[in-house]
Amino acid sequence: MDRIPILKLGNALLVTIQVDMHDRLATALEEDLTARIVSAGARGVLIDISALEVVDSFIGRMLDNIAAVSRILDADTVVVGMRPAVAITLVELGLSLTGVKTALNVERGMSMISGLGRLAALDADDDGE
Amino acid sequence: MAPDAHKAIAELLASQEDHVLREWLRQLKEDGTLDSGRIRENEQAVQCTQILRQLRQGAQGGTVDLSNAAYEPLRDTLADLSRSRALQGFTPRETAMLVLSLKEVLFDALARQHPDDATFLAKATNQIGLLLDRLGLHTMEVFQQSREELIVRQQQEISELSTPVIKLWDRVLALPLIGTLDSQRTQVVMENLLESIVQQGAEIAIIDITGVPTVDTLTAQHLLKTVAAARLMGADCIISGIRPQIAQTMVHLGVELTVVSKATLADAFALALARQGRAVVKVRPAAPAADAART
Repeated sequence: MDRIPILKLGNALLVTIQVDMHDRLATALEEDLTARIVSAGARGVLIDISALEVVDSFIGRMLDNIAAVSRILDADTVVVGMRPAVAITLVELGLSLTGVKTALNVERGMSMISGLGRLAALDADDDGE
Repeated sequence: MAPDAHKAIAELLASQEDHVLREWLRQLKEDGTLDSGRIRENEQAVQCTQILRQLRQGAQGGTVDLSNAAYEPLRDTLADLSRSRALQGFTPRETAMLVLSLKEVLFDALARQHPDDATFLAKATNQIGLLLDRLGLHTMEVFQQSREELIVRQQQEISELSTPVIKLWDRVLALPLIGTLDSQRTQVVMENLLESIVQQGAEIAIIDITGVPTVDTLTAQHLLKTVAAARLMGADCIISGIRPQIAQTMVHLGVELTVVSKATLADAFALALARQGRAVVKVRPAAPAADAART
């Protein structure tokens, strides 16, 4: 498998990573995704990593990069379905992916992307901060 | 004649078992092992009888080497005894004296049996002494080991007890932390929290640190790690229960918690509900206390 498929769902792109990521695959995904965001005019990118059992710092940085690139292209990135062990590993590696939005599963990630404008307005009111 | 300590013990115990047992029990009683009330006199007598019988079996195996297979029943008995005593809370001294007091009794009995043969007596005494010392060491080793196992088990239980994850509401979890947060506990806390987030499908986790006695830079770092890991799973964290003095100390130390924090768990819960678009409202005037108790 050379490429990870990128699916278009409405105005969002869905990427499901189901194989172990090696570095070349990660770089290819980054390039494909950037091109697809522009060509599809996507407003959100959903990356499902629920099948990913191992991450290293390279993959962590790739996620961060994708988020940064899509932010420039006016699309929000949501990483969904991270496993507990993966989350702990990333934190121990010092990669807390501060630029990336996260959600527990694809469903919530999707509603996050479609309702982002509305959510932001709600947050400002109800935060209580 | 070559000194055969094992033969001497076997003979001694065969001919004078009752006498030795009586003397031994008297010694133990004088030593005050019964005073603590942890063991009854006849219970101790049964144990001593068994030890003597197995010591004789061992000696009949033709050696005074404790590692010999002939002494295996004796070693096992002492290990069991020592383990149960460690759990019952006997002092190390009481446990050690059980074996070591036998030494004097055996020496006396041996001296009475061979009053004339000084050379034999000296060598046999020496060997019996060594054997009993080793038995004593063996007992203490097991004793110590059992105590350590107990401590390890208790540590585990404490760390599990003090990191419960509670479901407060649909998709809202609370994690009341109690005790100092070191890196090992942070690991347990983190794992528990993340597992619960997956299981309950939580969106918001409230970390309540009312029970954390001190918050220094390291603790803060551990807290932030937990918050970051929960965020990666798609759950937001709120920290609550920072006491006034701790808040002051944290500011003086320059510790910064870059997360939403609330003074009490109740405030944090209200915020969590508000974020979900929920609110707690009063539906009727509060009933008087007596009425509330009846209904």
